[in-house]
Amino acid sequence: MMRFSVFTYAAIGFAVLAAGAIVLPDWAMFLFAMALAKGLVCLGIVGMMRGGVVSFGQGLYYCLGAYTATLAANFLGVSDIFLLTLLSAAVCLLVGLVFGPLLSSYRGIFFAMLSLALSMVLYGSLSKMSFIGGTDGLNIGAPTFLGWAPEGRPLQTALYLYVVAIVVISGTLMRIYFDSEQGLITLATRDNELRVEYLGASVRNIMAYNYVFGALLGGIGGTIAAVALGHVDPEFAFWTTSGEFVFVAILAGYLSVPSVFVAAIILEMVRSFSNLYFPNTWQLALGIFLLIVIVALPGGLGSLVSRRKGDPT
Amino acid sequence: MSKGVLEVHGVQKTFGAVTAAKDISVSVPQGSIYSLIGSNGAGKTTFVNMVTGYIKPDAGTINFGGRNIAGLPPRQITRLGIHRSFQIAQLCNELSVEENMLVAGSIHGKSRPSFLRRSDDPQARERAMATLEQFNIAEHRHRLIPELSGGVKKLLDIAMAMAGETQIMLLDEPTSGVAADEKFPIMDLVINALRDEGVTVIFVEHDMDIVNRYSERVLAFYDGQIIADDTPDLVLSDTEVQRYVTGAPA
Repeated sequence: MMRFSVFTYAAIGFAVLAAGAIVLPDWAMFLFAMALAKGLVCLGIVGMMRGGVVSFGQGLYYCLGAYTATLAANFLGVSDIFLLTLLSAAVCLLVGLVFGPLLSSYRGIFFAMLSLALSMVLYGSLSKMSFIGGTDGLNIGAPTFLGWAPEGRPLQTALYLYVVAIVVISGTLMRIYFDSEQGLITLATRDNELRVEYLGASVRNIMAYNYVFGALLGGIGGTIAAVALGHVDPEFAFWTTSGEFVFVAILAGYLSVPSVFVAAIILEMVRSFSNLYFPNTWQLALGIFLLIVIVALPGGLGSLVSRRKGDPT
Repeated sequence: MSKGVLEVHGVQKTFGAVTAAKDISVSVPQGSIYSLIGSNGAGKTTFVNMVTGYIKPDAGTINFGGRNIAGLPPRQITRLGIHRSFQIAQLCNELSVEENMLVAGSIHGKSRPSFLRRSDDPQARERAMATLEQFNIAEHRHRLIPELSGGVKKLLDIAMAMAGETQIMLLDEPTSGVAADEKFPIMDLVINALRDEGVTVIFVEHDMDIVNRYSERVLAFYDGQIIADDTPDLVLSDTEVQRYVTGAPA
């Protein structure tokens, strides 16, 4: 069977997603942009899942990225989306570099709860900071694209294409990482830390790398979400937001990169339509949906296309 | 006596009220094959665990390559060239045999493991295959670990431990959990492979036929102490060893 390179898949993925800019109505383009932005955050969780841990606190970086972009726009006058993304990524990278080594010695529920605690500390702090909006949050104006300031449909299209480009680049890089020597060592760590240590690798370093990558992706996702929504508030760091990311990561499994974004889109669709048709029971619909996926596909959606089988943890 | 590649002096270890190692001293010459014998709880695995960094000794020194390695973490000791296999083979069950070898090869490669280089590039696979062939387990390369027999698991565990520059190999009960008719073929394979590479071998063993056949020197442990340190013939015929370890006349 012919084996395509990761770049061929990336080009196909870009073409398919970019076609959405032509065929999707405004509401769907917004929904897809938000789903893809959240998918980036979930991709970070999937990176950690491959090492055997699940972060319940990715809302920390989602929120931090969103607030960094919003504060840079409101207080420094930065409107260029590339610059906003870079700034947020840098801040999240720095914070990830601080917390990554600290959390890397924890596993299982301790890692999950500590990561959750950090995001809740941010939530609590932002809620009390009235000078940056407190619980009401802040608005962020429309972004510019290298000096171009579109409005209306062109703005939405440009933003959507920007998200698609970021998703394809991030997804490609993560796929390359997953297939690399370090990626395989991460999978081995998930399976048997003792063996990895006795082969001479540092399991803590591996965990820290994955956490930092997750922080970076979380920050970028948060920036895009803030710009797409035009608003940011402390709920970005609330535990239910982090839980949603974990939901998507479990739905996707750790085997395939595209499945993360497919899962994110499915979640947004199920939520939107459930909310529309069953406004009081949409969480129930989501729960049933997740239950069906876990029972039918324990390795997540990714196990449908991967030769490797895995469990969802 | 010439200076050994591994010099252990006055090593002690207690776990609560239990003393697992009492003033252990031994000098292991380069390229030799030592076996450690003793009943359960005599201190053999504690000795292996202290040398490989799993347990930090309470006192004493473990000198290797001119430095005291006592208390260093396992990965640092491994990088220095002291590798080990386990009583229960430590493998990655969700990966195939070949992928397990690729993990070992990636960590022990000439350069640090890469974030970009594919783990299964042709050169890496070739190296992995060469090792699997050396241990006669290449035919299992696509199988997952739970599908393997105890003997193949043991061989893979040792093959993984041998990746990289091994100077000393510690084998913790290399034939435990292995079918009786597989024990000698496995030991032949392992000892020949290690001898070819000039590796110093220290193995823990309960089967005295294997001890007698493969080791050049035997350390008999009892109650956390070394009660005999000599050639297999002399140690196995020692009355104290017969009384406390083998339980049988020579």
